[in-house]
Amino acid sequence: MLELKDKLVLALGERDGIPAPAIRACAESAGGQVVYNVTQCFV
Amino acid sequence: MTPGVEPVVRAARFALAHAPNLVFAGSKPRRELAQRGRDLRDRLRAHLREFGAAVEYPPAQVMLGNLAPEALWACPRPWHRSPCAGARAEGPAGVLIDEPSLHAWLARGDAAKLVTLADDYAVELAGRLDGVQVATRPHARLEKALTEGAEPLHGPGDRLVGLVASGHEADEALTGAVVLENLAAKVTGALALRRLLDEVRPEEPVDFLLGSGEEAIGDRYQRGGGNLAKAVGELAGLRGAGGADVKAFCAGPVHALIVAGALVRSGLYRRVVVLAGGSLAKLGMKCLGHLAAGYPILEDLLVGMAVDVVADDGVSPRLRLDGAATLRLGDGDAPHQIAQALTVAPLRRLGWRLSDVDRFAVELHDPDVTEPAGSGNVPANNYRIIAALAAQAGEIDRADMPAFERAHGLPGFSPTQGHIASAVPYLPHAIAGLTKGPLRRVQLIAKGSLFLGRMTTMGDGASVVLERNRG
Amino acid sequence: MDLEEQGAIQRLVEGRDRDRMVVLLGTPTAGSTMMVALTLTQGDPSYAGPLAGVPLGLPVYHVLEEQVKAAIPADVYEREIGPMEFVLDASAIVSAMGRAREQAA
Repeated sequence: MLELKDKLVLALGERDGIPAPAIRACAESAGGQVVYNVTQCFV
Repeated sequence: MTPGVEPVVRAARFALAHAPNLVFAGSKPRRELAQRGRDLRDRLRAHLREFGAAVEYPPAQVMLGNLAPEALWACPRPWHRSPCAGARAEGPAGVLIDEPSLHAWLARGDAAKLVTLADDYAVELAGRLDGVQVATRPHARLEKALTEGAEPLHGPGDRLVGLVASGHEADEALTGAVVLENLAAKVTGALALRRLLDEVRPEEPVDFLLGSGEEAIGDRYQRGGGNLAKAVGELAGLRGAGGADVKAFCAGPVHALIVAGALVRSGLYRRVVVLAGGSLAKLGMKCLGHLAAGYPILEDLLVGMAVDVVADDGVSPRLRLDGAATLRLGDGDAPHQIAQALTVAPLRRLGWRLSDVDRFAVELHDPDVTEPAGSGNVPANNYRIIAALAAQAGEIDRADMPAFERAHGLPGFSPTQGHIASAVPYLPHAIAGLTKGPLRRVQLIAKGSLFLGRMTTMGDGASVVLERNRG
Repeated sequence: MDLEEQGAIQRLVEGRDRDRMVVLLGTPTAGSTMMVALTLTQGDPSYAGPLAGVPLGLPVYHVLEEQVKAAIPADVYEREIGPMEFVLDASAIVSAMGRAREQAA
């Protein structure tokens, strides 16, 4: 079972996949704290 | 101020400049070469394309308007193995010039006298230079200037053919490399503008020029001052037009189309040209992937564009400002949230279904360029999401998604020139389809990766609808 | 994952309570998922970056995995991920995560 509450989350997003703000919103809604986020764009 | 009229998009033109030796000045090649040196340089050089191969490349023929984008569906990939034999370097949508011609234009566009050509090269370019004053130096002097930080210009076989000096000895925003990058944008933008005005109502004055590219024109105190539009207009020989730039990463051109439409609608102007130059920084971006796949270096084309937005002429496709959308703060940045805001929402406002749009023009990057580098098929990904939203809205079944994507989508064909690839390469084909052809409605959708500038984690986007004229 | 990216993550992990750290990926394909997951657990498979041969040993998950979905409130997941679950090749991505974990073990 994955528990995100109180975890320090590194959100590695991609523009054509799931970008960092969306990952962040998910992690924070589960009680996690995002300490690093980046969205890659390859074009 | 005369009352406004509905805006129409009358024409679009592209200027492609073959620049194989500028690939080494692209951002990715430059950084890789700094690490890996001679060996990589030799490998890249061995895979550069000749001008003829660039002309005969099927996606280039689509950019020039000699081939419909849909013709690429049936063309075996990778497309560089299916050249269009005997293809011309110009067409109804634009022109493709060779690298020596580009060098001559860099000299022509060099307002600050920072370009110097090698003596012998200037002699070879004489015909193309056609009265342009350009500084020339013998090789030894050029080599010395390079050791002092000037940016080299190379020809085939690493021949040194010239250089670009910095604009200021202590200004990071005016290094020779930056000046070259900006000159390349200026010149390709001017070529496209010139092509448009030579072919489309040359006697009709242009009121305003809207730049929409991603370059940064400025100096140490104002790195992004901008208004390349006016510099482009000046080089293209215009008089009487004002100008300004719209800056929005890759979504710049579609944002600018909306602004241009609004300017015409307001009655302030009757003829506005949205323009942009090419991106030197993006040359060779995927070169490592191409080398690994045994492909030629496909990213050797700088592309400029010019789009004519005018008051309703009863013929040209209407620019439906009531179908315009931009990604607003709070709309979200996930692909489906962006598609909801830019594709679905404006169509619903018009009372349309997604399938009422004949073609969606999204980011039209050539998949033969992106896939070998592991970056996927960008247009196909976009169409998949649009189809998924159509399924979510109950318009189609999930099983019908592939058919929807094929019917309403396009194969990618644009060089990976950022803002240039974002929907606008389809414009010449859209205009033809919406006038002489059978199309009724086209939606242009562009996205911008604002997060790359590190001032926000957000993305951006803009979209607008073109509809067949009632006239 | 490019070299600058690897460097930034390495510095972060060295600096703080790494036991509480978890990586959530939003990569769009099986291939890119595998590359990034391996880089973070085993070290850079291409041996090009600061993480070459340096296993960070961070737990890595992809947002499309069932266990991640289960940890996130359903309305948030639907809003932020939504149809990307079937637009992206979820089973291939989940499979790639499985293989990356096997290799790291």
